[in-house]
Amino acid sequence: MAESGRYPRVDCGEDGRSKEQMKPVRLLLHALTVLVIVAAPIWAEIGVAEVVAGQPAQDEFIPLDSVPPEDQLPAAPLLVAAYSLLWVAVLIYLWSIWRRMITVERELSDLSRRTGDS
Amino acid sequence: MMAMSSRTFGGLLGVAGVMFVTAPILIAGAPYESTMGLVQKIFYFHVPSWIAMFLAVFICGFSSAVYLFKEKPAADRLAVAAAELAVLFGLMGLITGPLWAIKAWGVWWQWDARLTMALILELIFLAYLLLRAYGGPGSEKLSAGLALFGMANVPFVYISVNVWRTIHPTTNVLPSLSSSAPGMFGPFVWCMVAFLVLFVVMLTARVRLEQQRGRLEQLCLALER
Repeated sequence: MAESGRYPRVDCGEDGRSKEQMKPVRLLLHALTVLVIVAAPIWAEIGVAEVVAGQPAQDEFIPLDSVPPEDQLPAAPLLVAAYSLLWVAVLIYLWSIWRRMITVERELSDLSRRTGDS
Repeated sequence: MMAMSSRTFGGLLGVAGVMFVTAPILIAGAPYESTMGLVQKIFYFHVPSWIAMFLAVFICGFSSAVYLFKEKPAADRLAVAAAELAVLFGLMGLITGPLWAIKAWGVWWQWDARLTMALILELIFLAYLLLRAYGGPGSEKLSAGLALFGMANVPFVYISVNVWRTIHPTTNVLPSLSSSAPGMFGPFVWCMVAFLVLFVVMLTARVRLEQQRGRLEQLCLALER
């Protein structure tokens, strides 16, 4: 007990992997799984509804500049959103690697000290 | 590649950062596509993110095969790192695609062959990560098998636009880009290289993390004995 007071305790899981270091990955996986489970039926339903309630199929291509302005979506916000989301995804992922690396390095040095002492 | 020195790693991270910062400037200077207009410029990031995803899937698949048949832990570490990148880059493609589609097609999503198969590919690698996180002992081999099926899916995703009727642009656009639209080719290659450099940086960092986890695991097991 005195030893665990001197060094922060590293909680080894069943397979020897620290539970602490799995936290961010599990959180992300939980979020993605919930998103898929909740979004998939809604998504599929929207697709079906569009087919059922949609107007008769268009049989020819209409260039964007021929579509009335009120029916056109502004492109710039979509472009900015795409690039911003991509940047955010990259930065979050790099940050998550960095955080996980810090946790593992800390646990490694704690364990090395403990094994060195014993 | 994975035993990269910290100086090389920092250099590559810097190169990726500079290339990503300058990419929007090159993209802004590229000519407009005649029918889609401004929104077509999403392609400069959308296409490289899928190519990076396919690369990650192939690395994961081949490493998984090596792990299954040779039982090399290093191959498993590379596989799990690549699987995470496959999910990340696939997610980028699945986000940027609908943002282009709502303008070009008038809908966010179409359940056509290309889009549906790409979604399935993403779900396979999400399942891979779930299996690794919750599968317990032995999940490495199960997930390696799953990665092989995921890799087998890639050619179908790629050729789907040429084989089945779909509203997604075909694969003929890219090979002819240098001759059909030279002004777009330069920025596209720039973005492609930026994504590949970023991919190498992320994969190296992620494999390093997995190596450290392996060391921690060994120490944990040694302490429990």
